[in-house]
Amino acid sequence: MKLEVDGVTRTYRSGNRIVEALKSSTFTIDHADFVVFLGPSGCGKSTLLNIISGLEHPTSGQVVLDGEAMTGPSPDIGMVFQQYTLFPWLTVEKNAAFADRLKCNGAKGQLENDRPRNIARRARKLLKLVGLEDFSNAYPRELSGGMQQRLAIVRALANRPKILLMDEPFGALDSQTREELQDMIQLLSQVEKITVIFVTHDVDEAVYLANRVMVFSPAPGRIVEQVTIPFGPARDPSLKLTEEFLTIKRNLKKLISKDQTPSYSRKELLELIDSSRS
Amino acid sequence: MKQYFLLRTPIPRPMVWTMAILSLVLTIASYVWMSENAVGNPEKETFFPTVNIIAQTSWQMITQNHAMILSDIYHSTFRVFAGFLMAAALAVPIGVLMGAFKIAESFFQPWAEFIRYIPVPALIPLFIAIFGVNEEPKIYLIFVGTFFPLLLMVADEIRRVSYDLIKVAHTLGASQTEIMTKVLLRSALPGVFDSLRICHGWAWTYLVVAELIATNEGLGIRIMKFARFIQMPKIMLYLLLLGLLGLILDMMFRQFNRRAFGWADTSKK
Repeated sequence: MKLEVDGVTRTYRSGNRIVEALKSSTFTIDHADFVVFLGPSGCGKSTLLNIISGLEHPTSGQVVLDGEAMTGPSPDIGMVFQQYTLFPWLTVEKNAAFADRLKCNGAKGQLENDRPRNIARRARKLLKLVGLEDFSNAYPRELSGGMQQRLAIVRALANRPKILLMDEPFGALDSQTREELQDMIQLLSQVEKITVIFVTHDVDEAVYLANRVMVFSPAPGRIVEQVTIPFGPARDPSLKLTEEFLTIKRNLKKLISKDQTPSYSRKELLELIDSSRS
Repeated sequence: MKQYFLLRTPIPRPMVWTMAILSLVLTIASYVWMSENAVGNPEKETFFPTVNIIAQTSWQMITQNHAMILSDIYHSTFRVFAGFLMAAALAVPIGVLMGAFKIAESFFQPWAEFIRYIPVPALIPLFIAIFGVNEEPKIYLIFVGTFFPLLLMVADEIRRVSYDLIKVAHTLGASQTEIMTKVLLRSALPGVFDSLRICHGWAWTYLVVAELIATNEGLGIRIMKFARFIQMPKIMLYLLLLGLLGLILDMMFRQFNRRAFGWADTSKK
């Protein structure tokens, strides 16, 4: 698997103005890589993710997957959204195996004949792996937020995509659950040997999960820096307390906050507060 | 006391029943009081017969004239269902298309919005001219009365389906057709059935209007005939019949919805 993003740009028309949501971006992602798009809101990271998924079209440039230019959404590229996007009328198990019921699964002819049966079996296996097997017959509304998001991940992975795109998937969860799911996705991506592109604005999350962090900056949205994270595949929460982790975090934070809101020294701040009082 | 007056907060089951019974008892009691007071006043007596007289007349009608009552119920129910089912059969697929495709919406919406504002009784002369005076104009009147609102309600239900569900289905490899049937329609189904339930109620309203067209038998026209001879007790019986029929059918709809769509959160409706 090899994903090439080749000179992709995206502009919107808003009234008479033309808004540049994403400036030309070019990079390559290799098999089983874990790449994080990091940046504040409005920096084009979600736009780029949507373009890679095929849900949005680039204004210019193209996305090439294994030598073939993308033209629209494909079962090769799975996606997990921030909001829970489960099908409320299906049980947990049927949600997980939703792709099983789709005829177009053999669309490009690159999928095995026995794929449909495999999706259901894989869904059951993955449900077990993420600890949802006891809830197979429950409906989504009976699950907690963390469980719902686990299910959304299982549903995407059961379809056996080559790449998993995640758009701030843990953004709506409490910090405890978020850390659990960070460890879970790290485990799953290695077990499944799948490429993950993960969007977040949380620096901590980015450094903990990524092999490579792409730092985005807004107005116009663009990639300003690519940072390779030197930690190996097996990571656990104690890593977050090491000096090396904190140094990388500090550097990334500096990169993000650069050319945004002006930063003041403590003395300047006190003066500002004083002057606003009078 | 205060706990019964909190915004949107459930109250205990016995309290629900107490209130329901209280409202019934209050209504009946005030009618009894009014009709008993009217005894002796010849004018008022005719318009507000006592409960006793209503019960006696009703019993008489049911024992002696049940053939007429049943025939009226049959004719009216047939008209309502013929018109309503026709409306449902057309409005649901077209409404789904309107909700799913902007191009279908642009095509159908202007007519739907326009005709929706024409009062149905105003169409009677036109319908007599086109369809004559048999069953057709009556059924088509009920059809027109329910079709257009239903169309817009169904389209709205489809539009209300979260766009995220469509996106996620796309990324799982679903085709447009599969998203239509397996996501849009499936997701909107409880709302669509609820719209059917509400529009079915309107069909009964238009029935009374429709039966003004050269009708011999039917619940609506029978009330008009009774009115000509100021037979208030008989009118009361027929009003009760209409209300009961509607209530029973509504409850059947609700029961079906609850059974079929247990996954949906119906508490908001």
